[in-house]
Amino acid sequence: MSPRAAWRLESLGFTEVYDYTGGKANWGAFGLPLEGTVGPRAGDHVRTDVPTGSLEERLQEVRAHVRASEWDTCIAINAERVVLGRVGRRALAREDDATVEHVMSSGPSTVRPSATVEAMLERMRRQNLTNVVVTRLDGVLLGLLRREDAERLLAE
Amino acid sequence: MRAIDRDEVQQLLAAGAQLVEVLPPEEYEEEHLPGAINIPLKQLDRETTGQLDRGRPVIVYCYDDV
Repeated sequence: MSPRAAWRLESLGFTEVYDYTGGKANWGAFGLPLEGTVGPRAGDHVRTDVPTGSLEERLQEVRAHVRASEWDTCIAINAERVVLGRVGRRALAREDDATVEHVMSSGPSTVRPSATVEAMLERMRRQNLTNVVVTRLDGVLLGLLRREDAERLLAE
Repeated sequence: MRAIDRDEVQQLLAAGAQLVEVLPPEEYEEEHLPGAINIPLKQLDRETTGQLDRGRPVIVYCYDDV
């Protein structure tokens, strides 16, 4: 619809007209601010202190990061901070010293920062999850939205 | 008219461009880019665009490119 609007503006004599083809879906999916009546958004309530590790990292090292945090998971990312996998409790409990790449679950489900906290809470309840991974549209990790945080926020 | 991406939107806004959401008012009320005004496509005419500054760039957008 916006290309037609842009051409219409030109027909009305505007000389410098641009069409942001990605629109507000693209804007919000990169965690950029939106205004309006829609409730709180996942991107504004993520926790950014979740342990992360590279594919080459050894479990021993990852376990140390995780133990030092209040998390029971580690997100596998590359140098661009794009999410490649997730190391969960079971993998962390292994007794060997494999690499993150070897033990991670590849391509974990992620959500965009523009998703509402309400919708994400519903999803976590339905799928019995304690958190969801929030990434930009290009896969860059923003953080994790915890179910307890979402519940607290919506109870306020 | 030229199609642009998010980075160009940010650069143009920093340089003083005007943002226009062309979706219906109820969709604009729900969510819109900061600073955007709402002129629905069906209402784009000489009168409604009178509030725009013709000396500055105008960026239009809707929900997505589908």
